[in-house]
Amino acid sequence: MTPYASYNDFKEQLLASFRDNEERMNGERKAPLHQIRRAALRQFDQLGFPTIRHEEWKYSNVSGLMKQAFELDETTTLTPNDLAPLEIPNLDGNILYFVNGRYHPELSHIVSPAGQVQITSFASALKSEPDLISAHFAQYANYQENSFTALNTALANDGVVVRVPDNTTVDQPIILRFITDSRTKNIASQPRNLIVVGKNSELMLAESYRTLGEGASFVNVVTEIVLDRDARMQYYKVQDETEKAYHIGTTQVNQTDSSHFYSATVTLNGSFVRNNLNIRLDGQYAEAFMYGLYMPNGRQHVDNHTLVDHAMPNSYSNELYKGILDDNSTGVFNGKIFVRPDAQKTNAYQSCKNVVLSPGATMNTKPQLEIYADDVKCSHGTTTGQLNDEALFYMRSRGIPKDEARTLLLYAFSQDVLSQIKIQPIREYLERVVQEKLGK
Amino acid sequence: MLSISNLHASIGNKEILRGLNLEVNAGEIHAIMGPNGAGKSTLASVLAGREDYEVTDGSVQYNGKDLLDMAIEERAAEGIFLAFQYPVEIPGVSTTNFLKTALNEIRKHRGQEPLDAVQFLKLMKEKMKLVNIDQSLLSRSLNEGFSGGEKKRNEIFQMAMLEPKLAILDETDSGLDIDALRIVADGVNQLRSPDRATIVVTHYQRLLDYIVPDFVHVLYKGRIVKSGPKELALELEEKGYDWIKAEAV
Ligand SMILES: Nc1ncnc2c1ncn2[C@@H]1O[C@H](COP(=O)(O)OP(=O)(O)OP(=O)(O)O)[C@@H](O)[C@H]1O
Ligand SMILES: [Mg+2]
Repeated sequence: MTPYASYNDFKEQLLASFRDNEERMNGERKAPLHQIRRAALRQFDQLGFPTIRHEEWKYSNVSGLMKQAFELDETTTLTPNDLAPLEIPNLDGNILYFVNGRYHPELSHIVSPAGQVQITSFASALKSEPDLISAHFAQYANYQENSFTALNTALANDGVVVRVPDNTTVDQPIILRFITDSRTKNIASQPRNLIVVGKNSELMLAESYRTLGEGASFVNVVTEIVLDRDARMQYYKVQDETEKAYHIGTTQVNQTDSSHFYSATVTLNGSFVRNNLNIRLDGQYAEAFMYGLYMPNGRQHVDNHTLVDHAMPNSYSNELYKGILDDNSTGVFNGKIFVRPDAQKTNAYQSCKNVVLSPGATMNTKPQLEIYADDVKCSHGTTTGQLNDEALFYMRSRGIPKDEARTLLLYAFSQDVLSQIKIQPIREYLERVVQEKLGK
Repeated sequence: MLSISNLHASIGNKEILRGLNLEVNAGEIHAIMGPNGAGKSTLASVLAGREDYEVTDGSVQYNGKDLLDMAIEERAAEGIFLAFQYPVEIPGVSTTNFLKTALNEIRKHRGQEPLDAVQFLKLMKEKMKLVNIDQSLLSRSLNEGFSGGEKKRNEIFQMAMLEPKLAILDETDSGLDIDALRIVADGVNQLRSPDRATIVVTHYQRLLDYIVPDFVHVLYKGRIVKSGPKELALELEEKGYDWIKAEAV
């Protein structure tokens, strides 16, 4: 594959792919859903890929993406042997595999009874549950301003649709494993997920991203999550991709009264990562907890943008992101807290703490508070520093070698985030990988 | 055991130790006293290997080896222990986990097998009794939120666990109540043996009622300006440092 000759080639390819899809359609072309997709495509066409002149992309330059050439919607078959090295030990539950964005039922296991939770691929839900899809699809994730969300909205053709009825605790977690197989080609995929949790119900769900092979990969994912009254959800996003992996993702959460959302976003590896986590607290007493851990090294770039939109009174948000940056890596944290005029008695807390291990690494942090109500409690703080020399000296003076002292300190630093993860096999897997990466 | 000669050390451009001499033999306890800012903690830090200080002249021999040439952790493995004047808080690492790592590293250095969890716990229980420290304290993050006295007691607990050859106690008695003072003294006295030595930095004679030193030194302006038997401490308590300062000029 020859790289794109110009900035516009990739865009043209994506637009052409939409037209190809459209030509294969019959009656669906007129459906309201397809109209949304067309609108999103127009929006993508108009916005184009963002440049660093765009305020939201100031520190994250996506131009590297245009220097590759990607195959779209190119799926391969993986055998259990291919997957073995990617396995998370002791993991039980509903495990769904997506290869290059496409759901692979033959690799997946769904164990929860349908009465507890309905788990369908996005592709089949488009046909089998048009009402559910049109009630929620693209209703939360904004494609007017974010061209990657627009692109995904236009092109997505697979992913998962999860629906939990009212008053139900889903007792097995759902693990979505997105594997990009770039062993022979550069692969781009656009997964789309929709999670709807009913009143007073409970769900644990994790998204995990891995890449196979040496080729470049580009995952552009959008997950929309809707929590009804009193619903509780644990949501984890785990990224461990290659040095040639581009990942751009938006998770859009919409919460109603007294719902609780707990999230952890852990980025272990990837070439270029941009995570948008947008939460709208659209109900009284809604609560959102956001944890993040990123540990780029080499030339990796990790950007976390979070937005909490307090729209109603008495809601609560608490956010803690932590970064460990080594070599020539770069990190970005942009945390926006928005308190609308109606959202009296809002409590919103945000903290971002970073350890920079090498003079070549940089971290850009930007808290943004926009508060339009007067009776609120808000706090934010960011710190970026080196490893604590006093602590290192203390530990070494007790006989612990420098590297080990360093690993112990950093591991302890990461624990504030990892300890939040309630799916034990995932937590243990992360603890191991984090320790391995720190030990290097 | 320890032989310091003409030691000069500075931080930034400020010279703090200015030709310090001290001999410590195995089996001895030395007390170092002296006014604030004299360089007592600096000496302790230089011996432990703190990298902020630059040794510009002089030498330190420890059991026949060049101490200044050794890495911090190597000094610890060779039996040097510094009880910090201001113990450092280490969030997220429990004292137990910390000490287990430290002890097994030191054992590795000595060619001993690591202790397994059961053996380690047994040892810990034993030493906990000795310094009267609570289990709940040890499972918390190291020194984080500990009271001043608890921090000092934890230093002595660590010392008891690691059984150093040369212990340097930097004002471990400051901020301790009378009971804790006794515990610290017991900890030191337990370690007392013909092949170990202790350097006690203190401002107060009362600690020396419990830990009876073989020698008392006065450190002033980066040098040992006076040395004597334990009675020197009493004299200092009574007369202060002015007469020594006058003599030293
Ligand atoms: N980082 C530093 N930069 C500049 N001066 C320093 C630094 N650290 C220590 N000093 C100075 O070195 C001198 C000796 O300090 P040191 O802590 O060794 O004194 P001390 O004898 O232990 O005093 P105290 O009895 O108060 O504990 C003091 O004047 C102190 O201000
Ligand atoms: Mg001191």
